[in-house]
Amino acid sequence: MKELVILSGKGGTGKTSISAAFAHLAPSRILVDADVDAANLHLVVPHKVFSSEAFSGGILPELDLTLCTDCGTCVGICAFHAIKDTHPPEIDPVYCEGCGICHDFCPAGAIGLKPRISGTWFHSSTAEGPMLHARLGIAEENSGKLVSMLRKRAGELGRQGEYPIILVDGPPGIGCPVIASLTGADLVLMVTEPTLSGRHDMLRLAKLCARMRIPVCLTLNKWDLNPEMAHAMEEEARSRGMEILSSIPFDTEMTKAMAAGRSLTEVSSGPASQALMQLWQEVLSLLEKQQKSSDGGLLIMESLKQETIP
Amino acid sequence: MKIAIASGKGGTGKTTLAVNLAASAPMPICLLDCDVEEPNAHLFIRAENIQRHPEGVFVPVIDTDRCTLCGKCEAICRFSALVIIGKRLLAYPEMCHACLGCMRICPEEAISPGERILGDVLSGSFGPHQLIWGEMRVGEAMSPPLIEAVQRMAPEDRPLLLDSPPGTSCPMIAAIRDCDFVVLVTEPTSFGLHDLTLAVETARHLKIPCGIVVNRAEKGNTQIQDYAALEDIPVLLEIPFRRSYAESYSRGEKLIDTDPALRKAFTGLWDIIIKKAEDQKTRRAS
Repeated sequence: MKELVILSGKGGTGKTSISAAFAHLAPSRILVDADVDAANLHLVVPHKVFSSEAFSGGILPELDLTLCTDCGTCVGICAFHAIKDTHPPEIDPVYCEGCGICHDFCPAGAIGLKPRISGTWFHSSTAEGPMLHARLGIAEENSGKLVSMLRKRAGELGRQGEYPIILVDGPPGIGCPVIASLTGADLVLMVTEPTLSGRHDMLRLAKLCARMRIPVCLTLNKWDLNPEMAHAMEEEARSRGMEILSSIPFDTEMTKAMAAGRSLTEVSSGPASQALMQLWQEVLSLLEKQQKSSDGGLLIMESLKQETIP
Repeated sequence: MKIAIASGKGGTGKTTLAVNLAASAPMPICLLDCDVEEPNAHLFIRAENIQRHPEGVFVPVIDTDRCTLCGKCEAICRFSALVIIGKRLLAYPEMCHACLGCMRICPEEAISPGERILGDVLSGSFGPHQLIWGEMRVGEAMSPPLIEAVQRMAPEDRPLLLDSPPGTSCPMIAAIRDCDFVVLVTEPTSFGLHDLTLAVETARHLKIPCGIVVNRAEKGNTQIQDYAALEDIPVLLEIPFRRSYAESYSRGEKLIDTDPALRKAFTGLWDIIIKKAEDQKTRRAS
């Protein structure tokens, strides 16, 4: 079983559209939507939810007004200014980090702690295998924990043997949920675009992957918007040990597929769809190559090791 | 006055809107790029006199001579940043949320405050305006403390325009939570609409009034406008889809330089958002 994570650094470069195409092209796989605070994969992958569960990733203090003596200890002690200096004090969940020290230091024992429900996760079925996805609650945190949980469940399903591949549609950025999506994965497909922002964000994500020792392959989406930049970015990526795969041309069919709630490869045979099919074959052979060399020493891994992080 | 630009979905045009609005501001403003994981505003605004300040957060430092391994700090830390293994107390700084609970609870005063560098806050000027942005150290997980540091650097004598990180979880909340108005940028696709509804819910949860900017607008595609009408949210501006815009964006150019007709639209947008933000400030004061 191999785990592929699709990431980008910059948002909106086409991670989810590419994930949906791969989800459709893979005859058998587990699909994970790890962008839990703006999950979109379920909009383009036809599925049936067969179970949902609340996710609690932290705690929330609760003030018992019958015990509160209005001494103000909690107001002074909260490092996150989450307890308003009113009489009696008021806890603001938007600012609360869930450290619980207001509970620990309240002299009147007036602050209890309850689990904070920060989202819901779903186990769905699709034509090609299960899909695990989630919805983080409004203004909630712990998206990293939720991502780790989804991947852990996917791993458990995968170890039962039926599915050779776990496909993870990752979140943007390089912070907590991205790190949670990456840890221990076999391969990252970085999806970027030939823009100044895309280039800047690609380099930061590449640094993170190198630091975490995860091999990276690259595809440029909408490469023809700026062929010169696309070429320069590929050269830059190659020099950093990334494998360069086929790029995808700008194609308005992409948004049409999205509007139809389908993956591009399902509804179109245009240039972007063709490119995605080619890309999928390349990703598959890279994943396979990795399997073979996992006992022998992997080429991409070796080139990554040469990268030093300042 | 604090105005945020946010979106839910990534790549809808937050930074495009932020840099173009900033460059067409009718008064000196300060643009705060709060997407500290992947800051991009500085790529479009060539700021001058750039200064860089490293920004750190509290981490516990253990004095092993004083520590009696009583375990009180380990018990109070809900983030597992302090763990006793065998006969040693170990600190895991990257797990720490800086609540200071360990320091307060330690009966031996064996824990003192140390600092861990999260990243840098950078500042510079462009024309009469200022730009402040954060750059999180690669490998760091928690961005909110750096987002707060960017905001602490903001001057008080001028309106603030915040470019928010994508999503609707802690980094986005840390950026927009005390703003007077939030401009939500979206695109007319099912992903754009879906994430817009999450961003609207978030703004409402935080009790911040919002308006919508439709980027890559297409004639005949009114899904965003229909949603906005249904939810009674003003559509402040529509930026049409043009391949030439996408190409000039790819080179790091501003839209107002590519198509001067847009400059007027952005100046007009300022008039609207300033009024909306002022209304909110008055409402809040009363």
